[in-house]
Amino acid sequence: MRKNLLQKIWDAHTVRQLPGGQTQLFIGLHLIHEVTSPQAFADLRRHGWKVPYPDRTFATVDHIVPTAERSRPFLDTLAEEMMTAIERNCREYGIALFNLGDERQGIVHVVGPELGLTQPGMTIACGDSHTSTHGAFGAIAFGIGTSQVRDVLASQCLALSPLKVRRIRVSGRLSRGSYAKDVILAIIRKLGVQGGVGYAYEYAGEAVEAMSMEERMSVCNMSIEGGARAGYVNPDEKTFEYLKGRSYSPRGEAWERAVAWWGSMASDRDAHYDDEAELDGTRIKPTITWGINPGQSVEIDEPIPRANEVPPADRASVEEALQFMELKGGASISGTKIDVAFIGSCTNGRLSDLREAARIAKGNRVAAHVKALVVPGSDQVRRAAEAEGLHEIFRAAGFQWRDAGCSMCLAMNPDKLVGRQVCASSSNRNFKGRQGSPTGRTLLMSPAMVVAAAIAGEVSDVRQLL
Amino acid sequence: MIPVKDFVICRVSGRALPLRGDDIDTDRIMPARYLRCVTFEGLETHVFEDDREQAAGQHPFDNPAYRGASVLIGGRNFGCGSSREHAPQGLQRWGIHGIVAVSFAEIFLGNCVLLGLPCLTASVGDVQELQKLVEENPRSEVCLDLESRKVSISSNGKEMASAPASMPEGVRQSFLGGTWDGTALLLSAPADVRRIAQSLAYTRAFA
Ligand code: SF4
Repeated sequence: MRKNLLQKIWDAHTVRQLPGGQTQLFIGLHLIHEVTSPQAFADLRRHGWKVPYPDRTFATVDHIVPTAERSRPFLDTLAEEMMTAIERNCREYGIALFNLGDERQGIVHVVGPELGLTQPGMTIACGDSHTSTHGAFGAIAFGIGTSQVRDVLASQCLALSPLKVRRIRVSGRLSRGSYAKDVILAIIRKLGVQGGVGYAYEYAGEAVEAMSMEERMSVCNMSIEGGARAGYVNPDEKTFEYLKGRSYSPRGEAWERAVAWWGSMASDRDAHYDDEAELDGTRIKPTITWGINPGQSVEIDEPIPRANEVPPADRASVEEALQFMELKGGASISGTKIDVAFIGSCTNGRLSDLREAARIAKGNRVAAHVKALVVPGSDQVRRAAEAEGLHEIFRAAGFQWRDAGCSMCLAMNPDKLVGRQVCASSSNRNFKGRQGSPTGRTLLMSPAMVVAAAIAGEVSDVRQLL
Repeated sequence: MIPVKDFVICRVSGRALPLRGDDIDTDRIMPARYLRCVTFEGLETHVFEDDREQAAGQHPFDNPAYRGASVLIGGRNFGCGSSREHAPQGLQRWGIHGIVAVSFAEIFLGNCVLLGLPCLTASVGDVQELQKLVEENPRSEVCLDLESRKVSISSNGKEMASAPASMPEGVRQSFLGGTWDGTALLLSAPADVRRIAQSLAYTRAFA
């Protein structure tokens, strides 16, 4: 015994060893979306390959869909062409599609879990780097490129190199105003944006155990931002509780057997790890990125680093980031004026995120100069939020309330930054140009902190509003 | 099966393009708006488009001295971020047939393998030295040798420097053996795949 979850899942899904040391791994759940799949289907057609396990692939539309005016055909003819392509491809190959107008539509990493498709012990793949999100359920989930999407469609397998596992223990309980987002930003800052190369991250410790499934998803989501190939949390009672009664969850007697099997896939108590890291969860404070990669962050009351204070190897990056962001080393991040506030994405577009954001927004007003957007991660999240009246709270506070999609997380749809705008964003990437304007600037933070920034019109400490 | 012979890649050589900077993400290599497409055709025209625009002609990809380069020399964590294959597709279509860098993000690396685009890593010092030599003499030739695991630079046929370079052994073997386009391999054991599929409790819905 003494295996960790990754080893157990890997072994159970190994079809065979390939020459050269890679493993042919069976993929239990394959999720696709409109952006990274059309070329894969084109390849299938070119080679005359079939899809042998069409019921193991599910499709949704999220990246290019507008979140305001959604009537077809889309104004953007390229986006419309992609929609037509995924509709045709799913029809021809017998793949279920959660299209616009379907109540199951939403961001791929939000809908998989909420429908109960994502389950412990599975191997999961999707042509999207944030597939690591699904690891929150104790699955091993890989983000892949389009050629690999083709491989999974054609063979239900991937050829993968072995992975090491680093256990990251976050001890203690989080303090008021600190969220799962702050935990993962703190982890990435500590271990670096490439610290995870060659690893899967196992998140453990009291703080992680105390997290809800949605919070665990926020953490696992950004594993990729730390360079890790995957991230996971061992399945526990909370995992099973979340899955109970979902559309694709097992029922009746099968449920009991499922829970037993899921539980057996968790890491053994004395499992082997290739590396370990530890963080004190009680000391994590609201964290904000100031730079152009998710590792460049500070706590709210900490100065932005000066280029001459960082290790020589990081100096050029820090200088480039400060220049692009027009921020000064040594200055405070608090008080940085913002133009746009975005709440949404596969990191923080779930119901609990919106509830917390609404709780803080209630009775407050978005600053006059700020454009503020709330975009639910899925149609199911939208309906649940509306049933609770969250949309009214947001609207009353001056936020726009939208339909589900990726929206301003990557701006392949009409939601984009303009020019040098600064955006307080609950998404996961602050890369140059990420939010649609090549010169636009992104400050990543928790949804609660986005609300605080929207109200103040500048980066400010959410703890003053709690 | 694939005619393996045509797929063997032992080395990539040609003029090089030094691209300084760490953590170059795939959003920069291929801005998201160019992912609105159903084929990869024409992506070469958008490689580093926003960075190039901001560099106002000073970006290495706009430097006439590097036109026609086939080897890219990058920094640390090259290709991080989004899994978009559009990024390596664009680079390859632009003419890049091999990359040497301090380190690579894993999804990017995996994408490159399936495109037959070898990525090798070398030490920070060696990469920087290489970038400097190419900047000083853009006409020099860089060779990524997968067989002997080294990167070398030569001018007028004379080797000026060389350094050890590496890649995961399985991947190296797949280039040397011509099996990097592994779909045919994955398709060649359907009975084994079925056996594993049937052995998993969840594919039977825990019945
Ligand atoms: S919300 Fe953002 S990170 Fe998540 S899938 Fe959509 S574009 Fe990717």
